[in-house]
Amino acid sequence: MFRELWESLTDALEGLGSVVHFLFRLTVNSPRALIRFNLISQQIFNSGALSLVIIMLSGLFVGMVLGLQGYELLQRFGSEEALGTAAAIGLVKELGPVVTALLFAGRAGTALASELGLMRATDQISAMEMMAVDPIQRVVVPRFLGGVIAMPLLAAIFSVIGIYGAQLVGVQIMGVDSGSFWSQMRASVGASDINEGIVKSLIFGVACSLIAVYQGYYATPTAEGVGRATTRTVVTSAVVILFLDYLITAAFL
Amino acid sequence: MRKSRTLNLGTGTFVLLGFAALLFLTTQTTSRGLSVFSPPHFDLTAKFDNIGDLKVGSPVSMSGVEIGRVVKIDFDENEYKAVVLLRLNARYNHIPTDSDASIYTQGLLGGKFIGLTAGGADTYLKNGDQIDFTQSAFVLENLIGQVLANFTNSKANSTSSGDTSAAAPAPAPADSKAAKPKATEKAK
Repeated sequence: MFRELWESLTDALEGLGSVVHFLFRLTVNSPRALIRFNLISQQIFNSGALSLVIIMLSGLFVGMVLGLQGYELLQRFGSEEALGTAAAIGLVKELGPVVTALLFAGRAGTALASELGLMRATDQISAMEMMAVDPIQRVVVPRFLGGVIAMPLLAAIFSVIGIYGAQLVGVQIMGVDSGSFWSQMRASVGASDINEGIVKSLIFGVACSLIAVYQGYYATPTAEGVGRATTRTVVTSAVVILFLDYLITAAFL
Repeated sequence: MRKSRTLNLGTGTFVLLGFAALLFLTTQTTSRGLSVFSPPHFDLTAKFDNIGDLKVGSPVSMSGVEIGRVVKIDFDENEYKAVVLLRLNARYNHIPTDSDASIYTQGLLGGKFIGLTAGGADTYLKNGDQIDFTQSAFVLENLIGQVLANFTNSKANSTSSGDTSAAAPAPAPADSKAAKPKATEKAK
């Protein structure tokens, strides 16, 4: 029994080590991949522009719920004008980056993992190696960088739509004064809050894209293996995002 | 060719939207805005005995209109006073030299800000000048401490004299004392 435990521990460490090694390979190859920017721009389109609809819709609804819940809570203390502050801080610092990253893992991460896994299963990656084309540089790095670039932009769009969602419910429906909604927000949201959100979404972008391309690239080349890689991408991403979120928040306080 | 065109168009639109969102967050949700476009300004200093929780970035206002911000707070070791550097918009260059600066609170528990009240001199403040007339921050805790001290004193007096009826009016002067600074602050 101890032996099994020991083996699973070493397996986990080995997995972590190979992820770090993979990240190292990706960063080493990144400068050269930047020359072919149209490959990256295609991946920004795939991961970013195609996720836009789900991000905007979720942002709107998350913002509306924030407006409703925040209003309910704040009006008990007679300070419903603080709704703008509460919604903006909550969205920019926490909900924007985290929910965007979770949606990104579900929408774009799975697509990356299954695409790479299928390439592996249908021997396209081996074919590239045979033609002396480095698959990491040609296929993996553009997908990774595309995700890293798309993620902060998606998070920012999410936050903005969310703030307007909160404004829609708070000001238009619940009747909070529009002037104090915006002015209180402006008075209490600082540049450091925005920075925290951007740093978070950048780190989440790296984590999500890395997990997705790693799982896809090293997927078992069978139909079942690709399916498992896709599942693992979502599960691992979700846990890692929430764990990193705690770490970054603690570091910023 | 056409396919790559629509693709680039989509990517471009997405990136543009993303940066527009970032710009919106940095300029519309914060008070700071872009520091690149800082308007022409001039600096004044003022020394205070106590600045309370005045912070860098707190507004400087005159008649309730924001005319500048606090950019630096220092401590003068010779005079044991706080030295506050104010940065005012260059448009407001007709502030008399004998104007006074006081530290007020926004609302009951809000942040602190500096209010300038115009004096009557014919000469105007310019870059690097010092405001000589200052009034320290009104610290709520000190006031509560005073009120409590008064209250316990009067209670002790009334119990020692054995007169229970004195206990009821006793808090009243303490209250009016508490209300006074608040009232003057509001009037200003």
